[in-house]
Amino acid sequence: MVSRVTAARGRFLTRRAVASSAVHRVDGLLLVAVAALLLIGTLLVWSSSRTWAPGATGLVKKHLLNVGIGVALAVAAATVDHRVLRAYTPLVYGGALLGLILVITPVGSEVNGAHSWIMLGGGFALQPSEFAKLGLALMLAMLLAQPAEGDDRPRGLAVMMALAVAALTMGLVMAQPDFGTTMVLAVITAGVLILGGLRKRWIILLALAVAAGGAAVWFMDVLKPYQVARFTAFIDPATDPRGVGYNSTQSLNAVGSGGLFGKGLFGGGQTMGRFVPEQHTDFVFTVAGEEFGFLGSVTVVVLLGVVLLRGLRIARQCEDRFGMLVAGAIVCWLGFQTLINVGMTIGIMPITGLPLPFVSYGGTATFANMIAVGLLQAIHMRERHPV
Amino acid sequence: MSLIRGRLRVLQALTLVLLLLLGTRLWQVQVVDGAKYVAAATQTRTREVVVPAVRGQILDSAGRPLVRNRTALVVSVDRTALGRMKDKGAGVMARLGAVLGHDPADLSLRIRPCGPSVSRPCWAGSPHQPVPIDVDVTTRQALQILEHQEDFPGVTAREQAVRDHPGKSDAVQALGYLQPVTQEELDRREGFKAEFSGIDVAGRDGLESVYDRELRGTPGRKRVQVDRLGRVLGTEHEVPSVPGHTLITSIDAKVQAVTERALAEAMKKAPHADGAAGVVLDARTSRIVAIASAPTYDPAIWTGGITEAGYRRLLSDKSGKPLVSRAIKGEFAPGSTFKMSSVTAMLRAGYPLYGSYNCPGSFKVGGRVFNNFRGQALGVMSLHKALVKSCDTIFYRAAFQQWVRDGGMKPKGKPKEIMANTARAFGFGRRTGVDLPGESPGRIPDRAWKKEVWAATKEDNCRRAKVGYPEVAKKSKERADFLKALARDNCLEGNRLRPGDAANFSIGQGDVLVTPLQLATAYAALVTDGRLRSPRVGWMLVRPDGTKVKEIKAPVRGKLPLSAEERAYIKGALSQVASDGTAAGAFIGFPMKKVRIGGKTGTAEVYGKADTSWFASFAPVHDPRFVVVVMVSQGGMGSESAAPAVRKIYEGIYGFTPEGAPAPRALKARAPAAKPPVIKPDGTVAHQVSTGGRTSW
Repeated sequence: MVSRVTAARGRFLTRRAVASSAVHRVDGLLLVAVAALLLIGTLLVWSSSRTWAPGATGLVKKHLLNVGIGVALAVAAATVDHRVLRAYTPLVYGGALLGLILVITPVGSEVNGAHSWIMLGGGFALQPSEFAKLGLALMLAMLLAQPAEGDDRPRGLAVMMALAVAALTMGLVMAQPDFGTTMVLAVITAGVLILGGLRKRWIILLALAVAAGGAAVWFMDVLKPYQVARFTAFIDPATDPRGVGYNSTQSLNAVGSGGLFGKGLFGGGQTMGRFVPEQHTDFVFTVAGEEFGFLGSVTVVVLLGVVLLRGLRIARQCEDRFGMLVAGAIVCWLGFQTLINVGMTIGIMPITGLPLPFVSYGGTATFANMIAVGLLQAIHMRERHPV
Repeated sequence: MSLIRGRLRVLQALTLVLLLLLGTRLWQVQVVDGAKYVAAATQTRTREVVVPAVRGQILDSAGRPLVRNRTALVVSVDRTALGRMKDKGAGVMARLGAVLGHDPADLSLRIRPCGPSVSRPCWAGSPHQPVPIDVDVTTRQALQILEHQEDFPGVTAREQAVRDHPGKSDAVQALGYLQPVTQEELDRREGFKAEFSGIDVAGRDGLESVYDRELRGTPGRKRVQVDRLGRVLGTEHEVPSVPGHTLITSIDAKVQAVTERALAEAMKKAPHADGAAGVVLDARTSRIVAIASAPTYDPAIWTGGITEAGYRRLLSDKSGKPLVSRAIKGEFAPGSTFKMSSVTAMLRAGYPLYGSYNCPGSFKVGGRVFNNFRGQALGVMSLHKALVKSCDTIFYRAAFQQWVRDGGMKPKGKPKEIMANTARAFGFGRRTGVDLPGESPGRIPDRAWKKEVWAATKEDNCRRAKVGYPEVAKKSKERADFLKALARDNCLEGNRLRPGDAANFSIGQGDVLVTPLQLATAYAALVTDGRLRSPRVGWMLVRPDGTKVKEIKAPVRGKLPLSAEERAYIKGALSQVASDGTAAGAFIGFPMKKVRIGGKTGTAEVYGKADTSWFASFAPVHDPRFVVVVMVSQGGMGSESAAPAVRKIYEGIYGFTPEGAPAPRALKARAPAAKPPVIKPDGTVAHQVSTGGRTSW
């Protein structure tokens, strides 16, 4: 393993010697995959929203604006040296926390049963919990980037602090309530803790604690009835095909009817008939399934896989623990969302309100995802800098 | 740093596994199980819509519409939608009542489903079908409903074809009516059974019922693509509906109208008349040119659901049961119109055609005296005169002699029963087979029938013979005594054909019952070729573009037991009735020189009621083209009510004023239409030069 890393480093050295421009040090595959996903996402959002009014282009213009802003943010993030960023991490995290607090005050607005939005006027809104994912990833990476002397493992105090920070963030998100995002935050926390070198016994202990907590949540009725219902429907969609099971049934119908080659862009009858709810956001993958078929939807999964694997590669190649942990946290975040989002449309995951990274419509999520990609590129570009 | 890299490797492996999991599951859902989801998706995405077929028209023999279609704005209520509301739709019905100007309570009654304990007004159609509650609303009312759907959920107003009768109440009992289809009827239909068009109707009664399958057409189907709210996005697949066939009938709308007027007038003139029937047949073919029953009603009452009061009125005694066609369902004693059957029986029993017969004032049968009309003795006469003057005693004697020959009260072996069997040969006692539903068979009382009735009524009669009729005695002692004596007679020897029964039978009295249509077909056979036909109203079924589907034949169902000479003899006798016989008074002033009318009057006594008035006729006598029969229940003597009505019908057909002067005539050719009208491909009627055998004077 070490030898391969060394080899990669050597290869990079050679390349760096030839081209000194930062542009050439960008991870090209990651760039292409993200660009392809953004393009596919735009088409899918167009297809799912064009029937809202006759002759309309639907949400395409707004989506393109979001993507444009996202690209700008990504470029900006890529230019930041992650070590500089590390210094400012508490500020970034503080900002995210402030957003989460604001959103549960009357400043926030409720949409679909969750108090998750801050309305900016002019049809624009922010969802601070998306930034919270980013903020938490950076904060945890910062806390766990400093191992004890001569050791790969973080200090106990750092772990405690990390857990406290995670609990605070998750608590605020849960207050909205936003169960999906809480899960993402939990996965980011677990990811950073495990990658950061937590001992196996602690990992097992934490896992048991999470399981016990989950059981407590289940039995103490902390979840909203619709959240419980979603799980029930996930286990057996036939329980209530008109109600909660409806989403699951309809999205399976849409994806399944795509077949091998799909019905072609704008050719999906289920999409045109708007049978799948929230199809431009959480269920955007069903448009790919119906209109692009198995080949198209697998392409989307593969592209997301490329993003994740490149992210992991960037993490491995990084010489700096902070950079590694940030990259690892981002992979955990995007990977978990991909798994849940695609999984729920094909009936192997419960229905959870999580967008598909780079594809779903949604400004804040696009911004956060793009900043994350920008950070991956930033880490990649500076991985060879001596510590 | 190697620890973290190791764990990153694990994460990479995990990621690859999860990606593989997603890919595998996608393959399973989209490729392996794809067909299943395609089917499920098609089902949710599309709706099967039934495109109702246009119901065929019913035309008369000149191509004039008797029943046609007209577009009306129909307001329907979806009961399922109302049932889902908190107040079970009470609010909606209240608002609807206000817009339509109906009592909301009445509207609520109309939409409840009919059941064993729920009678009209109720919804006889399928419980899943929107219930039409008002047909023919104004455009303004329809817009009020359609533009405020939030106030009227589950209520629709849309254009639908409804039946229109240009002749209003003419021939309604023969034409029939439509009512929403019941679940059972729909189940019986072939084809798309589970589908409702929401306005499916079925013909009830009359031609609408008999030719329902042909008139109905085949509904089309449309598979439309809908969105999740049920809004139609487009049509995926369409099977167009096939319009129903047009039914051309042999009815002539003008002759029908004349017949209806004649009956109405006869009813008005006779003080006790409670019903009348008129039948005009094409004498040669037994096709029905007019068939009327009075009282009648306006068929518009059926459109859009009949009210309870309206339905009761159609079947109540007080209004004279206008729903019932007396022409085919009414069973009445035929009186002397029946004598052509008795004469035939005499001939078959061996009485000479050219013999001389004494017509005394009365004839004693089995200890009872049977009188001639008004007890007049008319002397010795031929059978010809016996018919013209309507002597009764000649027939009494013949009937009694035949009864004795059969063995009297104790018949030996198999009695010949020549009177009854001859009547059957004329088609009495069984249905004519006309293409109208619910026909009555009439009754020919023979020995077997007597036994049957006796067995069924013995117990009651014997009890009544002892206890009498105290409840009737309160009102009329005379009637109670009569009924008691009758019960005693029937108890003791009701199983036997008594001589009095035989005598009564010979003059169409007693237990003999015929329908006006039976009598008309019997006369048609008598005055033409001796062949008894099954009458028909339907003549031809054509497609809306005029191409022929099939011609409806009026089949021969028997032959009269008469030679051509005998038929000519009887016809000759009947030909004098209107000029010199019992009906002469009714035809004073009728231009017999131009059109000579033949026929036979009938005056049938009904206990406790006024006489049934009959006139069975044919014209012109030398080559009969028409047979016209009119019956007026409680109309008095045949010459009083029925014969004048028949005269009016002939005046209309041939174009005479009551004074005998020429007037516009109903039938240009002075004969029934020889061919059905030709319908052009555009649905209009081709002007036809009549090729019908023109009658010369």
